[in-house]
Order: sequence, then structure tokens, then C-alpha cells
Amino acid sequence: MRELLVQGTYLAASVLFILGLRSLTKPDTARRGMLQAALGMLLAVVGTMLHQEIITYQWILIGLVVGSLIGYPLGQWVPMTAMPQRIAFSHMFGALAATLVGVAEYYHGWHGGAGEAAMGVPAAKMAALGFEVLFGALTVTGSFMAFGKLQEFLPGRPITFPGQNVFNLLLFAAAIGCFGYLIYDPSNQVVFYVMIALALAIGVLMVIPIGGADMPVVISLLNSYAGLAASATGFAIGNNVLIIAGALDGASGFMLSILMSKAMNRSFSNVLFGAFGSAPTASTKTSEGMTARSISAADAAVQLAFARSVIVVPGYGLAVAQAQHQVRELAELIEKNGGEVKYAIHPVAGRMPGHMNVLLAEANVPYERLYDMDEINSEFERADVALVVGANDVVNPAARNDESSPIYGMPILNADKARSVIVLKRSMNPGFAGIENELFYAPQTSLLFGDAKASLSALVSEVKAQ
Amino acid sequence: MATTIIQLYVFVLAGFVGYQIITRVPPLLHTPLMSATNAISGISLVGSIVAAGGGFGTFGTILGFIAVVCAMSNVVGGFLITDRMLRMFSRAKPGADAPKPTEAPHA
Repeated sequence: MRELLVQGTYLAASVLFILGLRSLTKPDTARRGMLQAALGMLLAVVGTMLHQEIITYQWILIGLVVGSLIGYPLGQWVPMTAMPQRIAFSHMFGALAATLVGVAEYYHGWHGGAGEAAMGVPAAKMAALGFEVLFGALTVTGSFMAFGKLQEFLPGRPITFPGQNVFNLLLFAAAIGCFGYLIYDPSNQVVFYVMIALALAIGVLMVIPIGGADMPVVISLLNSYAGLAASATGFAIGNNVLIIAGALDGASGFMLSILMSKAMNRSFSNVLFGAFGSAPTASTKTSEGMTARSISAADAAVQLAFARSVIVVPGYGLAVAQAQHQVRELAELIEKNGGEVKYAIHPVAGRMPGHMNVLLAEANVPYERLYDMDEINSEFERADVALVVGANDVVNPAARNDESSPIYGMPILNADKARSVIVLKRSMNPGFAGIENELFYAPQTSLLFGDAKASLSALVSEVKAQ
Repeated sequence: MATTIIQLYVFVLAGFVGYQIITRVPPLLHTPLMSATNAISGISLVGSIVAAGGGFGTFGTILGFIAVVCAMSNVVGGFLITDRMLRMFSRAKPGADAPKPTEAPHA
């Protein structure tokens, strides 16, 4: 009877999780849906507490309280600009929980517990535990490295050494070898812990060769791994709600990493094997013989003040300069003058999927004005001004028309189709990929140099003065 | 063995449902989606609770305890931050001082 009740809460939790995620398909229903998912979590926890396997509550309750105390600041106080590292950090926590449960289960299998004899670990359970600690351990260190790069206490540039790929492959093969051996002989505890150590090392080595700008892919992929580790926990302890929640998480991360890799023009196999950090090849085109036209804030303001339709293209440079509020202020002024402002968001505009949308929403930009690449690309040709703020590669026409370019084929925002283009840029340096951008030399383009925040503030006061 | 097969069914079907739903989440909400799945994957709490309170010996209990802390902070922090983000996604305020953008022909 009790078992039925417990399983009932798990089933309810699974349904509520799925409903919760479904609600995220629309911004209007999303909040309510997340409440449902949270209710599902509560049910599952209460259900587990009723489980007859539980004999002491003391450490559980202390753990729940301590966890809540850590979770609250992580939820309420972390600024939105720090979302990518915040998410990387919680992938680490999630994976650590799964890994530790795996180790505890394995240990329990061979050492028994309070007043019970060791029951051993059968091969099927060993297989699940193996997946659990492998995915878990490499996600723990991988996420930590990603967190460090995003938080910038570790160097953001790729760290490489000769023979890296071969070395990584050997480590990976060794870990798989351990795993295979454990299924054959689950009782060899040394091999189990060696496998965990190898997985921890793989996590580090997997992420260090990856540059900061590639982080959207890495974070999505780690999201997927954390989910798979949770799912494997479900297999190991025979718990369906864990399998379901982990599979949802895994599917979500997997899909986001495919989307991100497409948006960054990287093949999917690159993503799967984690080898997406290789430096892009040098640009084939140079800026020689091309001249860029710079513009003053006052002249740019005249264009903006009389524009009927303006499309803002925000890039990561905008977030770095913390200029989201200035952009919104400028947009409101243009709207006051009777113009229409839309925002064109490239999938990799931030440091994680959807990051730019969150940053602009935080600056009170209404979400109806935020458009995906596919929605807005056809509208550029009708726009009077495309205002590019801190974006570079995502508006580089070479992706469309220069087959020799390393970013050829990458989906871009067609800012070059607008009647005029104003680019806010710190300097003439090429973007992350080190590729010259023809857009900057196009006849309809003018460049406003300077820090994005300062330039936008200048534009705001100039437009006001119009 | 039969149990493992059933578990595989559950896994594959759940992954399929997840894929179907998640492809429909607009890029607008991809960051909240990630923090939401993060919170949901805090369901490892279920396994952690068993390890912390199921009499797994001292070593097992310690590991279980740490796992409960980690998973619970993901649950609490994940749901809070998701809600914080979703609260920010608001529509244009009707009747705000800025006039509605005219839907005049773009020509």
C-alpha cells in the first residue's frame, strides 16, 4: 500500500514535470507551469520520505535545510549577466549529487549498511552505476572548468598542448576499459575508483581547449550530460521518476547543443566528441583597399530620430558593456518619434542559449519586440536603420557569399540588407573568429566608435536634442 | 533483465516526449528552459535521500548527505531563478507614455 502511494507521487511528479516544460512554449503560461513542476518536485520528495527504506531522517532534514540555504542566494541574488556561470555551477552540483549517489550505492553494495550484510552489485546495476559515475564525474569537473572560464578565474582562451587529442582519447579508452571490466567483475573496487578519477580528468581536459565564445555549446552539452547522469541513477536504483526527469533534461540539453552548434557553424559530430575548440583558420580576405566610414553620435542620432523602422542587433559586446538599459532608452525615444523598434536576436548572441533575451527582458524591453533570426531576417530590407551593437560575426555577409570564409554557411542576421547600417564598435579589431567583416566597409554602413554604453548614452542625449 | 528493458522503454519514451516538447520552446525562453531542466534534474534528490537516510553506513551516509545538499540547492535555486527570469518577460505596457509604434506602411 505504501509502495503504491510512493509510486503514485512519482507518477504525478513525472506528469507535472512534463506539463511544466510544456508551459515554457509560451511566455504567458510559463510561470504557472513552473509552479506545477515545483509542486511535482515537492510530491516526489514527500513520497520518497515515506519510503520504507528510509530509517533515519536526521541527515536528510539537515541536508534539505543546508541545501535550501545555499540554493536561495543562487536563485535570488545572482545577476542575470552571470546566468551562464550560474548554470554551469548548478550543472556541477547536479552531477555531483548523481555521482555521490552512485558511489554510495556501490559502496553499500559491497560493504552493506547498518545491520545488513553486503549484497553485492549485479552486472545490470553495475552498468547503470558505471554510466552514472562516468557522466556524473566528467560533468562535475567539466562544469567547474566552464564555470571558471565564464567567471574568469580561469583563462578564457583555449588551453592546448601537443598530442592533446591522442592523450584525451587514451584516457577515454582507459575509462571505457575500466567500465567494461567492472561489468565483468563488479567487485573490483579499485577499478571503480580509478574509473571515477579518469572521468574527472576527462572532464577537465574536455573543456580546457574550448574558448570563451564557444561556451553556449559547452553549457548545453553539460546540461545534457547532467541529465543523463540523473537518468542513469534512476536505472541503478530502479526509480522511474529519475529516469524520466533525467531523460527530459538530457533531451533538452542535447537539442540546445545541436541548435547552438548549428548557429555557430560547427558540425554536430564536433559537438558530440567535444572537439569544438580548435582555432578557426585565418581569414582569406583582408581589409586592404577597403575604407570604413565613421560617423559622429550627432549624425547617427539624426538618422535614428527620423527612422520609421529600426532593427537593433545586440551582440555579446552589449552585455559586456552592460548597456541594455541605454538601448531600451534609445528605443523608447525612437518610438516616441513615431518609429518602430525591433530587436534581432541571434541564437549565440550571449554566452548561453537565450541569454540575450533574458538580459533585454531584464532591462524592461517587452518580449514582443524580441525576434528570432528566422522571424526577422526578411524584415531587414524594409528597415531604415539596422543598429548593430557589439555584434560582429553574426552579421558578417561572408557567411552567405564567401565560400572560402571559415564562417561560410553560418546562419546570420541580414543586417546588410537594411537601407543604412550603424555599427557601434569599440575599435576596428576583427571579432572573435578573427575574420574581416565586409559589412563594416559597405557603402550603407557607418561606424560609431567607442564603448557601447557611452555611445548609446551619447545617442540618447543627441536624439533627445533633435 | 525484464526490469531493465522496461526502464529502457521509460527512458526512450520520456526522451522522445522531451524532444517533442522542447523543440517547441521558443529561443526567447531557452535560458529559462535550461534553468528549469536544471531544477527538475534536482530530482536526484530522491536518490540522495535514500542514500542519506537508508542506513548506508557512515561513508554512504556522508556521501548521501552531501548529495542531498547539492540536489536541494539546485531545486531551490533552480526554481527561484527560473521564476525570477520568467517574471521579467513582460508585454509592452498598454497606455505607457510612449505611443504605440504606428503600423504605417514601411515604404
